[in-house]
Amino acid sequence: MRETIRIEDLRKVYEGGIKAVDGVSLEIGRGEVFGLLGPNGAGKTTLLHMLATLIRPTSGSAWVNGYHIVREAHKVRQSIGIVFQDPSSDDLLTGYENMKLHALMYGVPRDVLEDRISRLLRLVEMEERAHDLVRHYSGGMRRRLELARGLLHSPRVLFLDEPTLGLDPGSREHVWGYIQDLVKERDLSIIITTHYMEEAERLCDRVAIIDMGRIVALDTPAKLKERVGGEVLKLKIRNPRLDRLKKGYIKKVETKGDYLYLTVEDAGKHLQEILAEVGEVESVELRTPTLNDVFLHYTGREIREGPPEGGYGTRIIRARAGR
Amino acid sequence: MRELSGLYALWLREFIVFTRERSRIASALFTPLLWLFIFGTALKTKVTVTGAGAGMDYRLFIFPGILCMVVLFTSLFFGVYIVWDRKIDFLKEVMVAPLRRTTIFMGKVLGGMTDSIIESVVILGMGIFLGVSYTLSSLATAYVFIILLAVGMVSLGLIIGSRMESPEGFGMVVSFVAFPMFFLSGALYQVEDLPPWLTFLVYLDPVTYAVDGIRGALLGIGRFPLALDFALLLLYAAAMVVAGSYSFRRMKV
Repeated sequence: MRETIRIEDLRKVYEGGIKAVDGVSLEIGRGEVFGLLGPNGAGKTTLLHMLATLIRPTSGSAWVNGYHIVREAHKVRQSIGIVFQDPSSDDLLTGYENMKLHALMYGVPRDVLEDRISRLLRLVEMEERAHDLVRHYSGGMRRRLELARGLLHSPRVLFLDEPTLGLDPGSREHVWGYIQDLVKERDLSIIITTHYMEEAERLCDRVAIIDMGRIVALDTPAKLKERVGGEVLKLKIRNPRLDRLKKGYIKKVETKGDYLYLTVEDAGKHLQEILAEVGEVESVELRTPTLNDVFLHYTGREIREGPPEGGYGTRIIRARAGR
Repeated sequence: MRELSGLYALWLREFIVFTRERSRIASALFTPLLWLFIFGTALKTKVTVTGAGAGMDYRLFIFPGILCMVVLFTSLFFGVYIVWDRKIDFLKEVMVAPLRRTTIFMGKVLGGMTDSIIESVVILGMGIFLGVSYTLSSLATAYVFIILLAVGMVSLGLIIGSRMESPEGFGMVVSFVAFPMFFLSGALYQVEDLPPWLTFLVYLDPVTYAVDGIRGALLGIGRFPLALDFALLLLYAAAMVVAGSYSFRRMKV
């Protein structure tokens, strides 16, 4: 199977010597949903813009759909769709007009144009507001419109730069839903940049963790989490019976102060058994490793730096607290 | 084919936005009224037109100049919209589209040219009150010059805009270009009366040939042959289009 995207030692050094992307090599398969996870300023957007032919790389090569991103920029542009981090529709035009202009610029045949526009507007549930000026849309509506616009010319690769940044939780769920539907219905590779763990976990087949312009880890979300250890049970027990914990699924036993930390494989399944055997349990807490832990593991820093946002902290807590 | 429909799309967008921002057209038409009816009326008793147009009403004499002023300013300042496109990130959407940079540039030029043409229709209408009598051929000739001037000046504005980060900065730079071009063009005076050093500068100004050409076409008092005016202005417009396409190829989003 030919890969959709192939990146070889790609670099971008800005004036002043800032290495935004510092030697990235990567292959992304057909139909794959691939995440680039990293804090703000890690180089995700620069990498994406290089692949989308908007920024010229300083060195290295990359091919998108088999086309070289510098030598065959024109063909790359025809075969990709992109939703930018910042809204890029014209707010003095209506949603429909923005769609129409996009279709004309990409040479969508006239006979399918209207049909495709209304089908996509329906997909993102924007058909009722299609003839309102974009100026009067909410952030979430605008993102949905631009998602639909990015699909208008039937690209084989879709780039989504922080697709839910700044959206309220409701809109975020919406956008995630559309992306998941797309994956099911189309033969489409999607590359998502994000600094939301939850987003990467929920949408991506594979995730590359990016820090300071380099890939520091790359795997499926599940495997990445496995690498920093399985789920951890934090127990407070009056009379611990450690001898009973010698089981295959318990990977590690640690005592810190009053608490007992057990690293457990598939903790949900074995929880009953553990609680029944370990002794008189006063409190129990199940902690699932997050990609934040993974990030911490590989970079020694938290990923949480970035724009403060309502609801973000609580989601982290919810993710930590487990299912 | 795609380039053509892309060109149409880019032009269409400029046109729709122009019709939605009516204040643009109102502000563009206010200044020429001041020039023609206040400045012109105040000076008409003091200034005597000599030579071919001897005895002509001064307001009539400056009418082609004021027409060119409107085209000049509207066209040059149109470049600010490329700065805005970058600011609102619409430029990214356009630059990632599979279109030649020349097409993107020409779409913008056509958009700016349309604005200038629509405004010049209104100015030409004012001319009736000043006693300009139009014929089909004089109007057609005037429009050739209006279009060439617009293409050249929109291009120059876009070249400047393609390198600017802020609309304010753009306004400053363009003012430095627009006012000398206007005052040196002979829009308000007769080039015959000037000292040699000033005559030299006037001859360097492309607007001079637009003013002269339109004066020749509408009032019959051109200083240079129409063909010369046309050739020089065409040369200027063509050079600006080439330079503009090049600057769009190098433009950062």
